[in-house]
Amino acid sequence: MSLPKPHGGRLVNRALSGRQKEAAEREAKELPRLKLGEELLSDLRNIAHGIYSPLKGFLCESDFENVLYEKRLADDTPWTIPIVLDISEDERRRLELRDGDTLTLCDAGGREVALMHVESIYGYDKGEFAEKVFLTTDKAHPGVTKVYRLGECLLGGSIEMFGKVEPPFSRFYLRPVETRVLFKERGWRSVAGFQTRNVPHLGHEYVQKTALTFVDGIFINPVIGKKKSGDFKDEVILAAYEALLRNYYLKENAVMSILPMEMRYAGPREAIHHAIVRKNFGCTHFIVGRDHAGVGSYYEPYAAQEIFSEFPDLGIVPVFFKSFFYCRKCMTVVNEKICPHGKEFHTSFSGTRLREMLMRGETPPPEIMRPEVAEVVKQWKNPFV
Amino acid sequence: MGEKEKEEKFKTVSIPASLFKKIEERIKGTEFTSVASYVTYVLREVVEEEEEEEVPFSEEDEEKVKERLKALGYLD
Repeated sequence: MSLPKPHGGRLVNRALSGRQKEAAEREAKELPRLKLGEELLSDLRNIAHGIYSPLKGFLCESDFENVLYEKRLADDTPWTIPIVLDISEDERRRLELRDGDTLTLCDAGGREVALMHVESIYGYDKGEFAEKVFLTTDKAHPGVTKVYRLGECLLGGSIEMFGKVEPPFSRFYLRPVETRVLFKERGWRSVAGFQTRNVPHLGHEYVQKTALTFVDGIFINPVIGKKKSGDFKDEVILAAYEALLRNYYLKENAVMSILPMEMRYAGPREAIHHAIVRKNFGCTHFIVGRDHAGVGSYYEPYAAQEIFSEFPDLGIVPVFFKSFFYCRKCMTVVNEKICPHGKEFHTSFSGTRLREMLMRGETPPPEIMRPEVAEVVKQWKNPFV
Repeated sequence: MGEKEKEEKFKTVSIPASLFKKIEERIKGTEFTSVASYVTYVLREVVEEEEEEEVPFSEEDEEKVKERLKALGYLD
């Protein structure tokens, strides 16, 4: 086995350097400007650094429609989440935009960071967007809410980033070109990617270590960015994982770096998106547990595993796990596939229960959370968003 | 998808019947649901292989990456 080729065959690099960067900086000063919010800037950086390979920019109309209806780009490459740049009608009028125009994209402070070559300006149906991506139009769903808040127009086209779009927690940020060198230097030929937005409990650790028994390395890749209320704060997740890795993992076969990206809570579709991103980082395998990227009860518990059967050409191997729990009879962490004992012996890793305990200032029992991890989490008066 | 739209998005190519039969056999038990989806997958792999890297990654670039990885404590 060897590390996979990036999705679409090659790692996209739209971050300019040298003379190209200087030329773009000069050109940017003469062009109409569009300010981007934090989440769009994250998407911009992810495109520029190849995390979203093969995307070279925000989706044009043909790709957008194909992603919505076929879960693939127009050239049939698997892609499930629309990466779009939205603007209001007012902004469109102000910018006097037409296909073929070039725009300067700026951060919230007005600093110029990228050029965008606009290839497509199009309207869309928000209800259809929500229904196809989130399988619901219920505005209580955080992803649906966001769709309804988007501007009326979408801009598609390639980008060229020349400014620094600094990620949060930058000492934990690695680009795919860096993780690929890192995996190679470590001598890993197989790597399992682990997506998380939680502090680790023993269930997570067992999933990761079970995968580690048949791959060379585990790549723990927490999503950092906007999350829903009640999720753990990013800094808590990172500190908790640092404690876990320091105390319970061999340094030579575990790596953690962050993925600055907004959670969409699109369940099955987002599981595919998460797998594609980890493939770009160089992972050969991707761990998918129960209700991956889900929220509330919008998705069937294992829908995010079943969707992988639609993508035999994904280029990364999904590894499916049932949910783990602690069994007092087995005296270890197990799942329903391997434990013959009744539910009266089981303690689940319920996120709600863990949150309640931590909010009360209690230390979760060691069969649920490592004491070193619990201590770190308890240092925050309120560890939640 | 309407017929016209399908015609615009997909084109027909011919392959020998014997090859078609072999592919049919090959995809049995896999998650490829048709010969067309398998052929598309294989051809895309071949085409991508032949395309050049957008920005070539030089040895010098690789050394810079290693330096950063060392500075961040990822490599000794």
